[in-house]
Amino acid sequence: MSTESEKWEPKILAFLCSWCSYAGADLAGVSRLQYPPNVRVVKVPCSGRINPVFIVKALQQGWDGVLVSGCHPGDCHYITGNYYARRRFAVLKNILEFIGIEQGRVQFSWVSAGEGEKFATVIKEVTESIRKLGPAQRLVKK
Amino acid sequence: MVDLEKQLRAQAKKLLEDKAVDCVIGYENSDDPLMTTPCFITAPNEVDRLVLNCLCGNNLTKYLIGRKEKTAVVAKAWDVRSVAVLVKENQVKRENVIIIGVPSLRIVDQKKIIAHLNGKEVISVILKENAIEVQGDVFSEDLLIDDYLQAGCELRDDIDDSMFDIVIGEMPASKQNIDDDDLIKQLEAMSSEQRWEFFKKEFSKCIRCYACREACPLCYCKSCFVDQNFPAWFSKSTDLSDNMSFHIIRALHAAGRCTDCGACFRACPNDINLRVLNRKIAKDIKELFDSEPGLNPKEDLPLTSYKPDDPQDFIK
Repeated sequence: MSTESEKWEPKILAFLCSWCSYAGADLAGVSRLQYPPNVRVVKVPCSGRINPVFIVKALQQGWDGVLVSGCHPGDCHYITGNYYARRRFAVLKNILEFIGIEQGRVQFSWVSAGEGEKFATVIKEVTESIRKLGPAQRLVKK
Repeated sequence: MVDLEKQLRAQAKKLLEDKAVDCVIGYENSDDPLMTTPCFITAPNEVDRLVLNCLCGNNLTKYLIGRKEKTAVVAKAWDVRSVAVLVKENQVKRENVIIIGVPSLRIVDQKKIIAHLNGKEVISVILKENAIEVQGDVFSEDLLIDDYLQAGCELRDDIDDSMFDIVIGEMPASKQNIDDDDLIKQLEAMSSEQRWEFFKKEFSKCIRCYACREACPLCYCKSCFVDQNFPAWFSKSTDLSDNMSFHIIRALHAAGRCTDCGACFRACPNDINLRVLNRKIAKDIKELFDSEPGLNPKEDLPLTSYKPDDPQDFIK
């Protein structure tokens, strides 16, 4: 068992908006920045497209963490998508923690298309914090 | 209480005689002495079926959805707020509805009475001023209404006046909520693990009958996320993970809309504390965005509006 847990690596699902954070990830790539290979990216048109169902479903499927990233407020390609999303995420984050999902399983960030460095840092931070939490257990469907 | 009932019947009769409405939605007695049932009165000579007392639990505003005819509906303080939300969401046309508000009416929780009687069957009920007398085969007992009030069901003194077309009884003089947020505070003080254990216990009781959804005036989607099978978001089984996911999303779908009318909670056959998630969200929304749904019909609902400077400390 111990060898297995040493081998355990967090699996993180990242929802990136296609206009800012996805382009930020792209920039991190073309800039040859190193970041942990633990994230799998789902490209969405806007952070406002992210239905809380996606996040709950990801936790149910056994992803150890979920990262949601979109444009900075004021930068949204659709003008206001991320403002609505921000309110929704605030409620979602609180209710997930209230029901007993560990703080930090679901994280949020704003990364612009020019912030390749920030993207790499965010991924590093998120991966490390989720590694500390250990494998997801609670909502996972067995 | 008898007085309120008389006033209601007179008002309903007048509305129907004047042809101001095609239908009055109210309550009538049912086969279960501890419960009233919704009734649809369409002729003036039927108004004597209407009753109004502490057993009128249902949130009747659910029946307004999709009605084309002009309708009057009996609404308690918290039901009125549901109408405001439904109007805001374009499900109900305000000009089609005459709201007969009973802002001071309090209702009893049938489940609390049943639990108190501990298996004894109630055959009839006599309503008194501040109590109800429950009678069975070999017993009869006076129960004080104040001891059996339905949790939540907040009386508000700050509901916009324009929400009531006809007021029966007094407007409450002050805000009154019969349960404070003690449980939420206790839960917030617990560790994440303890909270998980609490909700695990609560939601493992769920048999996924969706009575909560059917009773909720805000659950009007043509196709509910739990019924969708392409993609099938969550399994229809009562697996704990599926139950949890259902209840998280159910609460989120009512976020910023729920007025704590208690319809879900009353409908639940397994006595799950369904209100706790909804109340927690309502509390957060009040703290974060300073908004409460349904109090002012002009105000936008909190999750379909935004401010550029909304709190975002949780975002990296």
